Amino acid sequence: MPGPTWMLMWILGTLLEVFVVVGIYRSGMVRRYFFLSFYTLLSVAVSIGRFRVLFHYGGVTSAEYRYFYFYSDALLTIALYFAVISLFFQVFEQMRMERYLRFAAVLLLAGTAWFSYAIVSQSSGRILTHFAFELSQNLYFVGLALTYVLWGAIVKLRETRTQLIQVVLSLGIYFSAYAATYALSNLAPGIYPYTRFLFPLIGGILPVTWAYAFWRLPVNARIVPARLLEAAQ
Amino acid sequence: MMVALMAVVILAASLAALLQFFGIYCRSLIAASVAQPLSPEIQEVTGITSGAAGPEDFPRVVQLLRLCPDFANDRQQVSAIRGYFWLVKAVRWTLASLLPEVRSWAEMQLAQCAYFAAVALEHRVSSSRTALAAQMHDSR
Repeated sequence: MPGPTWMLMWILGTLLEVFVVVGIYRSGMVRRYFFLSFYTLLSVAVSIGRFRVLFHYGGVTSAEYRYFYFYSDALLTIALYFAVISLFFQVFEQMRMERYLRFAAVLLLAGTAWFSYAIVSQSSGRILTHFAFELSQNLYFVGLALTYVLWGAIVKLRETRTQLIQVVLSLGIYFSAYAATYALSNLAPGIYPYTRFLFPLIGGILPVTWAYAFWRLPVNARIVPARLLEAAQ
Repeated sequence: MMVALMAVVILAASLAALLQFFGIYCRSLIAASVAQPLSPEIQEVTGITSGAAGPEDFPRVVQLLRLCPDFANDRQQVSAIRGYFWLVKAVRWTLASLLPEVRSWAEMQLAQCAYFAAVALEHRVSSSRTALAAQMHDSR
């Protein structure tokens, strides 16, 4: 069983996700951030499912919990891809590129499904966790690449909406932190008992940053991304 | 071998991206606070006048923040800026002697972190007063 600190962080993270959806609804941005809301609600449902599996099968080391954890994680990552694609639609909304973006989204999903299938088909002789690390590492890295392209588009197209910019930057932090942690666990599976404590911390990045963006920032707040980039170099 | 090589490449690229996104995210938090003026009361307490914070002010203002109740719910943002402060400080220690322009950039970043903390203190004081006023109103 996970310790009380871990459980507390988990419960707080789940509550914060509910808080994020309420924040999006309260600011009247449900249509604009529909896929973000959908992902967050799905994440709440997955958290409840994980609680049930954890208590029913007795512990994080049980095979049932591990299966449920890693496969629900892959499902959530794919839902997050759609949320990222929906942010592309927002950034490119002036340029009437919906058709190309839809095509790219379908291509991305098909590519991810094929890639995942290729890994699964080669994994028959390998232990579950190693395969799961590899799959998660790749899924998160694709997410990171997508977010990087989106950030490039924001800078190039001079997008100034602070809420949107902070949502994209937090996605960049989230994907890169997960991809790095899984890559490390994949390289040295022996350190998983230590790196697993990072997962609830990284999982809290999106609820914390999105709660700030949707509850604290005014909807019409503006920022110049090129200035942030100049200062960061 | 191929799997391990891929993991190494992903690890290196992800860590580089993490540093970059974290830095820019913190800059976006700071940018929102730079435009906000400080009240005379906060200027007096922190010793920071608008636009004149110094790198050495940050730890002191963070100590003051710890003394103030967090009704403004900004603990995570302050923690992120604290992380950014130590990151920039590490850059100043390591690279500043080689590249003088890095030193002036780092000094400016550290000063802006201090100003962010002062603005956060302003919000906390103001939120505490609002909460106290509401409590007194309820008790009547």
